[in-house]
Formats: sequence, C-alpha cells, structure tokens
Amino acid sequence: MTVLGTFALWAALLFGCWTAAIAFFADWRSRPVLAAAVTRGVYATCAALLVATAALWRGIFAHDFNIEYVWAYTSRNLPSYYLVSAFWAGQQGSMLFWAVILSIFAVLAQTLTSARQKHLLPYVAGVTSIVVSFFVSVMLFGHASPFLRMAVTPPDGQGLNPQLQNPGMMMHPPLLYLGYISITIPFAFAIAALMSRSLDTGWIVAMRKWALASWLFLSIGITLGMWWAYVELGWGGVWAWDAVENAPLMAWLTLTAFLHSVMIQEKRGMLKRWNVSLMIGTFLLSIFGTFITRSGVIASVHSFTQSDIGYFFLALLLVAGVLSFTLLYTRWPMLVAEVQLESLLSRESAFLFNNLALVGLAFAVLWGTLFPIISEAVSGTKITVAKPFFDQVNDPLGLFLLLLTGIGPLIAWRKASAANLQRQFIVPTTCGVVTVALLVAFGLRDMYSLVALGLSGFVLGTVAQEFYRGIRARITLHSENFGAAIINLVSRNRRRYGGYIVHVGIVIYFVAFTGLAFQVKKQIELSPGESETIRSPFGHTYQLKQMGVSQYTRLNRHVTAAPLEISRNGVVLGRLTSERRQYLDSFGNKLFETATEVDIRSDLREDLYVVYAGSPDGTERSQFTVMVNPLVSWFWIGCGVLIVGGLITMWPGGPQVRTQRRRAVAQSGYSVPLAGVAE
Amino acid sequence: MKPSTKFAAGALVIVAAVSLMIYQGIQSTGKYFLTPSQLIAQTEQDPHFYNMGLKVSAKVVKGSIRRDLANHRVDFSISDGVKTFPVIYLGPSSSIPDTFTDANDIDVVVEGKFGRDQTFHATDVIAKCGSRYEPVMKQQSKSA
Repeated sequence: MTVLGTFALWAALLFGCWTAAIAFFADWRSRPVLAAAVTRGVYATCAALLVATAALWRGIFAHDFNIEYVWAYTSRNLPSYYLVSAFWAGQQGSMLFWAVILSIFAVLAQTLTSARQKHLLPYVAGVTSIVVSFFVSVMLFGHASPFLRMAVTPPDGQGLNPQLQNPGMMMHPPLLYLGYISITIPFAFAIAALMSRSLDTGWIVAMRKWALASWLFLSIGITLGMWWAYVELGWGGVWAWDAVENAPLMAWLTLTAFLHSVMIQEKRGMLKRWNVSLMIGTFLLSIFGTFITRSGVIASVHSFTQSDIGYFFLALLLVAGVLSFTLLYTRWPMLVAEVQLESLLSRESAFLFNNLALVGLAFAVLWGTLFPIISEAVSGTKITVAKPFFDQVNDPLGLFLLLLTGIGPLIAWRKASAANLQRQFIVPTTCGVVTVALLVAFGLRDMYSLVALGLSGFVLGTVAQEFYRGIRARITLHSENFGAAIINLVSRNRRRYGGYIVHVGIVIYFVAFTGLAFQVKKQIELSPGESETIRSPFGHTYQLKQMGVSQYTRLNRHVTAAPLEISRNGVVLGRLTSERRQYLDSFGNKLFETATEVDIRSDLREDLYVVYAGSPDGTERSQFTVMVNPLVSWFWIGCGVLIVGGLITMWPGGPQVRTQRRRAVAQSGYSVPLAGVAE
Repeated sequence: MKPSTKFAAGALVIVAAVSLMIYQGIQSTGKYFLTPSQLIAQTEQDPHFYNMGLKVSAKVVKGSIRRDLANHRVDFSISDGVKTFPVIYLGPSSSIPDTFTDANDIDVVVEGKFGRDQTFHATDVIAKCGSRYEPVMKQQSKSA
C-alpha cells in the first residue's frame, strides 16, 4: 500500500506540474486541444490523489503498524469511526486530505462553471494545480508523507489522542479544512480574471457560490471548534483568542467583507480593485493561518508537530503574495470604478464602512496574533497580548458591525432621502429601544450587554420588517396565502432573504456571547451524600449531590466516574457524570495522560457544566468545578440558522434573474444602472 | 464637500480609532513573554520585573510535579536548560490541562509573577494540548 501510495503522490505531482505548465505557458487560446489537455490534467491529478487516499485508509483499517502514520495515530482497539478520522488526525494525513479535497474542488470548478465563463477555466486549473502540487511537494520533500515505513513493526499503535476522540473533533478539522481549501477556488477565479484581462463581473458570477461555500464551511468549522473547546477542554468557554483560533477567524472576516463588497461591484461597478485585493488577501490569510499553526512560530495551546513544513507555507505565502499583487498592479488601470460614491447616506457607503470594520477587525486580530514576533523583532523581548486585548479592541468594532448589519439592508442605494430613512428605520429603531427598556426593567445594568442586545433587537427588527413587507406585497399583489407568500418570497429572492436569515444567525451569536459574559463558576469538594448549591444568573438555584465515585474499564479506557445528582429549585433533574479517563492500547498499556470528560446539562437558558477534578488521597471525597453558562445553546442554534440561510443563498436554480432585478429596483424606488455584463 | 471626501474622512476616523484601540490595548494588557534565562537577566537589571504580571515559556523539569489536591496547590520546576526555578500554582487542579505532566519534557507556559523569593507564583498554567500529538516513541521511528 505504501508503494502504491507513494507512487500515486509522485504521479499527482507530475500531473499537477504538467497542467500548470500548459495553463500558464502554452497557447491554449488558439489550440483548443491544449485547453482540453488542461482539464484532463486536473482530472488525472485528482484520480492519482484518490488512489493515494484509498491506500492510506487501507493501511489504517488493516492496522499496518509498520506504517509510521498508522502506528502514530491509531491502535487496534480504536473504534472504527475514529479510524476514519485518523486520516486527518496527524500532520501527514491532513496534508494528503488537503491535497485530495482541493483537487476534487478543482474538478468541480472545471465541470460546474457555466459556458459563459469557460475562457477563465484553464487559468483556474493552472492556479489550483500549482496549489495541489505544492501540497504534494510538502509531503514528498518535507518528510511529511503518510506512507513512510519503519524498520520494526510494533504490535500495537500509539492510539488517537483522547481529545480527538470526540464526535465534534471528527467533523471540526475536515470542515475547517474544507473552508480553507475551498478559498483556493474563488482565488483562482480572481487570478484567472486578472490573467485573461476579462475584468467584468463575469468572474464574480462564476465564483460567487464558491465564496459562499467557503464562507459556510469556515463558519461551521469555527463553530465546531468552539463546541469542541467547550465540551472537551473543560474550561467552560468557547473562545480563547488563541493563535490557532484566530487563524481561520481572520480569513472568515475578510471573506465576509468580500461577500458584501462584491454586491457593490455587481450593482454599481465600484470597488473592483478592492474586491480583487480582498480575495487575494483572504487566500493569503488562509495560507498564513496554516503557516502559524504548523510552524510553531507563535506559542499556542495547540502544539502541532513542529517541523520544517511550516516554512514551506511561508515560502508559498511570500511567492503567492508577490506574484498576485504584481499581477494586480499590472492590471490596475483596467479596474477603474464606473461610478463615484454619491452620498455618505447610501447603501454603498454603509457597505464600505462594513468592509472597513471587518478588515479592521481582521487586522486587529492579525496584529494581536503576531505581536509576540513583532515586539521581539523591534525590542528584543517578546510581549504577548491575550483575551483582554482582543476583547477591548474587537468588542466595539463588533458592535459597530452589528449596527451596520441593521442599517445596510434598509438604506437606499446611491442617496438616501429623509423620507427613505424615516420609512425604513422607525420600526427597527423602536425594536432596539424597546429591547433595551425591557432589559433595564428586568434589572440588567451592564453597559456592553445593553448595547449588544439593543443592537440585536434593532437588526432583528430590520429583518422582520423586510420579511413583513415582502410577504404583505405578495399577499396583496398575487393574492397568495401566508405560507405560499413566505415560500415564494424566499425562493424568488434567495440571495436577499437567505442573507437576512444569515444575519439572524449572526445576531444569535452576539446574544450568546453576551450571555456567556455572565458565567458563574464555583469550586466545590464533596464526600458521598454531601451537597452544595450554585445560583444561576437567571435566579435558579441548582443543588448538586455527590453520589460516590465508581471505577470500571470500558472499550479502550479505564474510567473513574463521579456522578452528581442535580436538582433545580428543589426538583430533581437527573445526574451529571463527569469522568477521568485513562486510555489503554489492546495490551492494557497506558496511552496518554488521564483525560477529563465534562458533563453538561443544557437548556435554552443555560448550561450546568460539571468537571470532575479528581479525588485527593484516593478516597471518594472529590473535587469539582461547577459552572452555570447562560445562553450557550444559542451558539449552536445560531450556527444552524446560519447554515439554513447560507444554503438558501446558494441553492441552485431559481427564477430568471431579470424578474429578480426588476423587483429589486421597484423595492428601492430608484433606477439603478447595472454594471458589467448581464448577470 | 464631495461625498467621497466625506467618506474618506469617516474612513480615516475608523482607521485612527482602530489604531488607537490597538495601541492602548497593547499598552494596558500586553505582557512580557520570556524564557527563564531572560527573566532572571531582566530582574537582575531592573527590579521592576519582580512581581510584574508576565508569562514564561519553558519546559517542566522531569519528575518535579507535586500535586496537592487537598490544598489546591501544585508545585513544579521549570527550566530552559540554563536557568531553573520553582513554580507554585494555587488553584483548582482541574483548571490545569490534562496534558500537563512531567513525564517527557513537555512545554509549558506559566502566567503570573516572579517573586523576590526567586519563585514563580503562577495564576495560570497552560500546557500545550496535543491536537497533533507527538508520539513518545518518536526516537524509535527515527531510527527507521
């Protein structure tokens, strides 16, 4: 299997370089046979990588511990679903995962793009092939191949890290990778547009769904990371501003900015240079994120295997940055805006401010993440910043963005009149003010929370008003009933109403973050039968009664379990059993250090979160950390809403664009000159 | 004034505000991040470094961890191969990650204050979590 796998990697490298060479250096414009060869090269690369993938999974499932990778990340008694995820549990495997997924995306980009943008495809194939070849080279030349064999065959493997033995961790890395990887496709379209000098909105139409897909994958991946940190790391939080968390967040922020500013280009022909720059920046940030997580240049709680492969990424980052921006520079005069900004009170301007705030946030995160390196280079001593810094800088910017989320969809294009402002903003502003008044009446006094929740009320008011008006219009114009009206409204304006639903999802995240600020934490120590209470911010009293400590062996681990009986305001709710686990291989040898498993009881208001900290002196008297975390469930609900909204915006098909455009014009009450070719 | 000029002014305000917030944020929350040798050298030069909130990155000295669960106290020593000093952590051991062990030279970041007693009083101990766990038997495989 390793011979086949290694051979497949070499074949993929050869096909990749070949494809890129034809795409960039051969005259495929006048010789269609060469253009066809480029497409076939992409297919061949993908086929080779699929063979390599099959070979690695075969090795993992056959427990061939002579393969270093299989030995290092699995063991005989590892449940089979974790054998699947062991594929991307280690550095070498995740490189292969990255390469194979990218090449599948490259194939999809070649086959799914509409005929009108066919002229971009050879360049797209060229860019994707270079990136795929890069990953294959890292495996082959960076001593990072998953197919390396060892001199001896150990009887059992090292097992999978307990913190990765979690269903969330099965899904979190691949989804985050999918987000990172799919960014390459819109980037490739941007480069293709620059190379081919076809700088109308064609490339944007061709890659819009790819950008949305990357954004959605990144959002889900980041949220799953938050979920994993919450249920697995035992500190009761979701976000620590660690370098590894910041890396995908930065790409997410610039991609969010891009998804908004690209609308301005489509409608008004402005911001062309900015959009191309944002796309290049997003791609570079995704590579940069991989670099900082893999090279260990920045201290992080995640210690990825520190190896030289980080420097491969640094090289890619520099080369891709220099080449992309040089290319952009040479095409600079062709990217002139077709119109000028007409008023500060306009949707264009709201979107521009939104972009500034998003890029400002990304920059603040980047600066904070890099500050240890920057300060060491400047003054010789490292200075780090942590959560307080990011909170201090990002909270105001986040709230400003939330405000713009409410303003952007309602304000008129070009120039908003006083009448427009009055007609559009009375209801949402009232919603915001009423929210704040109610919260104050209920006793909330924290300034930041009031602002955040008031703005959330404002944005929800915006979205509700838009839906209400749209539905009412359909009911009166098409005499539809309410259900039909809402379905037709959304399905005929998927981008618009899907986008609003995404906004609701984002508001829910803000609300959840606000709630988590009211976390209550308590250290307790109990003997069997004893109990202790904790009061939640919502005014409930939880009682926790120690039910003894039990020890048993299960599947691939020794477990020490400490159940607590939970009652709320005197009503028994059940048991929370937090565990300490010692993982074992199939011979009973210890693997890893003891791992803690928390137990959580969630409802829509709050989570009760219990961590068993251990028993001093080996008695049943044991220590617990107990937390009440308000509104945490809403992170996961917000993510669900965001996925629904994202899928609606991306759903293929839909009615003719022309009717959609007429409606958009009628809605805003202005005739809007549309830039570029027909959508 | 032209709308684009007004926008530029607004943009400038935002950029200035962000820069100012970043600057102030670093001034008020930035912490030195040193190795044990750097910390000892700094305190010798400038006594202000005693009892200043900072972070130290080092390795845990093998076999030095003493966990006292009953008193919520963990004692250990850290070293960068040149300078070594003891660390006292007072707090629930559940807030120390599972990866914190003295079995095989693990990396640790401690946050807290270095006292004049030449002991580091930690408020936070961060052991690197192995999302890409380096196997213990790595040496064996390298010989392959």
